[in-house]
Amino acid sequence: MTGIETISGRPKNLTRRKLVNKIMISLCVVAGIITILPLLYIFFYTTKSGLTSLNLDFFTQLPKPVGEEGGGMANAIVGSLVLIALGSVIGIPVGILAGIYVSEYSGSIISTIVKFTTDVLSGIPSIIIGIFAYGIIVLPMKRFSAIAGGFALGIIMIPTITKITEEMLKLVPQTLREASLALGVSRWKTSLFVVVKTASSGIITGVLLAIARAAGETAPLLFTSFGNSFWQTSIDEPMAALPLQIFAYAISPYDDWHRQAWAGAFVLILLVFVVNLIVRYVTRNKFGTSQ
Amino acid sequence: MIFAFLIVGLVFFISYEMFVDSAESRHKFGFDFIFSSNWNPVTEEFGALPFIYGTIISSILALLISLPVSIGVAVFLSEIAPKSVRTPFSFLIEILAAIPSIIYGFWGIFVFAPFMRNTVQPILQSTLGFLPFFKGVIYGTGLLTASFILAIMITPIIAAITRDVLKAIPVSQREAAYALGATRWEAIKMALLNAKSGILGGAVLGLGRAIGETMAVTMVIGNKAQIKASLFEPAYSMASVIANEFSEASGSMHISSLIEVGLILFGVTFVINSLARLLIYSVTRKA
Amino acid sequence: MIKSLIFSIALLFLISCGKNEKIDTPKTSQLNGAGATFPYPLYSKWFNEYAKLNKDAKINYQSIGSGGGVKQITEGTVDFGASDSPMSTEEIEKANQKNNNSIIHIPTVIGSVVLTYNVPGIAKEIKLTPEAIVGIFMGTIKKWNDPKIAKENTDISLPDKDIIVCYRTDGSGTTYVFADFLGKVSEEWKTKVGVAKDVRFPVGQGGKGNEGVTGLVKQLEYSIGYVELVYAMQNKLQYAYVKNADGEFVKPSLDALSKAAEQSVNEMPDDLRQSITNAKGKESYPISSYTYLLIYEKQKDQYKGKTLKEFLNWALTQGESFASELGYAPLPKVVIEKALQKVNKITVQ
Repeated sequence: MTGIETISGRPKNLTRRKLVNKIMISLCVVAGIITILPLLYIFFYTTKSGLTSLNLDFFTQLPKPVGEEGGGMANAIVGSLVLIALGSVIGIPVGILAGIYVSEYSGSIISTIVKFTTDVLSGIPSIIIGIFAYGIIVLPMKRFSAIAGGFALGIIMIPTITKITEEMLKLVPQTLREASLALGVSRWKTSLFVVVKTASSGIITGVLLAIARAAGETAPLLFTSFGNSFWQTSIDEPMAALPLQIFAYAISPYDDWHRQAWAGAFVLILLVFVVNLIVRYVTRNKFGTSQ
Repeated sequence: MIFAFLIVGLVFFISYEMFVDSAESRHKFGFDFIFSSNWNPVTEEFGALPFIYGTIISSILALLISLPVSIGVAVFLSEIAPKSVRTPFSFLIEILAAIPSIIYGFWGIFVFAPFMRNTVQPILQSTLGFLPFFKGVIYGTGLLTASFILAIMITPIIAAITRDVLKAIPVSQREAAYALGATRWEAIKMALLNAKSGILGGAVLGLGRAIGETMAVTMVIGNKAQIKASLFEPAYSMASVIANEFSEASGSMHISSLIEVGLILFGVTFVINSLARLLIYSVTRKA
Repeated sequence: MIKSLIFSIALLFLISCGKNEKIDTPKTSQLNGAGATFPYPLYSKWFNEYAKLNKDAKINYQSIGSGGGVKQITEGTVDFGASDSPMSTEEIEKANQKNNNSIIHIPTVIGSVVLTYNVPGIAKEIKLTPEAIVGIFMGTIKKWNDPKIAKENTDISLPDKDIIVCYRTDGSGTTYVFADFLGKVSEEWKTKVGVAKDVRFPVGQGGKGNEGVTGLVKQLEYSIGYVELVYAMQNKLQYAYVKNADGEFVKPSLDALSKAAEQSVNEMPDDLRQSITNAKGKESYPISSYTYLLIYEKQKDQYKGKTLKEFLNWALTQGESFASELGYAPLPKVVIEKALQKVNKITVQ
């Protein structure tokens, strides 16, 4: 009896199911569009406002006194580069070596702990890293400095690099390691010269991603690198940084500063875009569509 | 190996440093610090409740707005979209996740907040104005605006993880469902149910990011330490009070209190991130 | 690939080492200061002009708020601080003890805090009594057409709109000067809100720095905020007449500032810490203040101490001429002389 009911009730039920199917599928498509809209908006708005404001002065001039038109962010751009370089000195070796350890010695309790802490580290709000750097570098040194800023950025870079290094190393075939070990090469040499070499382009993408992230960080620089309105080449002095300058200009009331802040924002977005493009390109070449 | 330990050491050192530096306010206020809403540098009385409230409400609202959209996007990317759409779309979402928060904040002040003030909030007030959440003065910036900006920021993160988790569910399961006569949505629904702890993990991770977000929130939340029912009112978050007051706080009690706010923030993000990772591991490891 | 990576890391190390060596040579060094946003437009002009005159004298100034200025000079993280409210005696003692030095206050110019507002459709400047200002900032006056405001502005049709109050979130000398004035005219303000650099406002929205508050007022319609005059001027925002101690409504102007300062110039104490809010005199603008640089008397770095002294001598003489175009009043002669005496007491070791 029940069987017949099911069969007789089926066309109605099926229509309903098909309708639900249609609605839900279209909702998913709508969700896709909703997500992409703000991005496109931010992207085009920044590009529009940024491109029209971008000029040679932006890259070559120092900031003008408050309220005067003109000037640029040359010192902030150079400052950001220096800060990133300093961050890299700390972040890249620590990140890569930790990644190698986690991947090559995976399974041990220690490596699980390290892996877990790396994840935790990546979740720590960057402002807290800023407080930390202020406490252990700025206060003892008795001055704000690029070193403190670079240190904070370095810490922020570590988890990204570790994570990607680990993932890239996992993609290296196990047979390669075995072959090397069989030839009598010691384990650390195998890790460093065989495995890492094979995965090097992947690791470099990790480094690039970390750099792109660090380049846009503002919060940890507020009380470490501090900002500077002049050229500054020594790293134990306060240094300007692009995101800091954008922040200061963005909350200011001056239209000309807003214009410059948009130009700065455009440069940052461009950096993110290009880095991601490179990363895509490199990973696709090497590992197909594995990601 | 030393470097690997360095990371562990670093995390401990950070928490230790914050613990020690907040001693002064911890001793003076004890647990009242979390429950008092009086933040007054003049009288040196500090209570972090408004910041905790602002952080939690804005993050949870952001998650509520973002979660359905994120899941939709993830399903779209992993199940529906043809490959030619999928690749550029995933790429765009990855970029969305990588845009510096300062740019979201900047865009928030100049484009999104006026939009909220002139369009969204008046509409909300005229239709749902009887609810206490939508009463009061319309500023444009405030708790609701901050939640929306946060939602935009965390959507790509949750979407990316949900997509990965969905991919980890074997295709054979869906094929089996189709074979039994299921519609496409029913097959997807089954996959989603199987992936639920992973999706939850992604959601919690997004929540963690929202809680720790500093610059974008500082620029649009309104920076006022208060607890009001209306979502239009300005509020304050833990991260933004640190960004605003840390370099200018002069009393040692004030600084110590700010560091304690940081310690709470650290603790909350620590717990949330650990939870998220455990959830995600549990799904991806099975696959 | 890995080689190039190792190479680039090595290169970075080299670069940073190269940078490190530079630390010892004082020529590339520069002076760092931080603090008040109130005089920031003038200071940034000064440092810019002074760098043109003297190529070796680069003075980096970050406007983080007076509270920040006091904190960072106390911590010794900057070479000089800046604040609109003089440091309290306890603050001075703390800084002196911590750095084994003694801090001095050098007034630079006189500035004013104006009530700037963004109310569409009003062409004339509105007039505000101290009572109305207290009411607005305490949240008891909620609408623009409140009788307490309308009473003095019968010739203006004020809109029936909520007032959006904007204030400073950071420790601010501007807030101090403003609160100092309100505390002098209202007992209620003094007891309920208080007089400090970081008072808690019962209503409104917070912005960071004078820049931030001006930005907020410009963004938000029907808002009012308190900022240094130059910020309102440069952004073409309207600002109100304020009723002074003699019962006159005065528009903030250089003249009105100088008049306010002259009232009490003979009572200027030796440490130059003086409040001039709510000054007597028909033409005095009531919310005015000296703004100060905070400097240690014993300078430990040869180059920095020398540059600082030279700069201050320049600022207090030629520098004063830049003040008026930016909406600050130059110091009265007597005060300049006293300030120069202080500067000459600075010793370079």
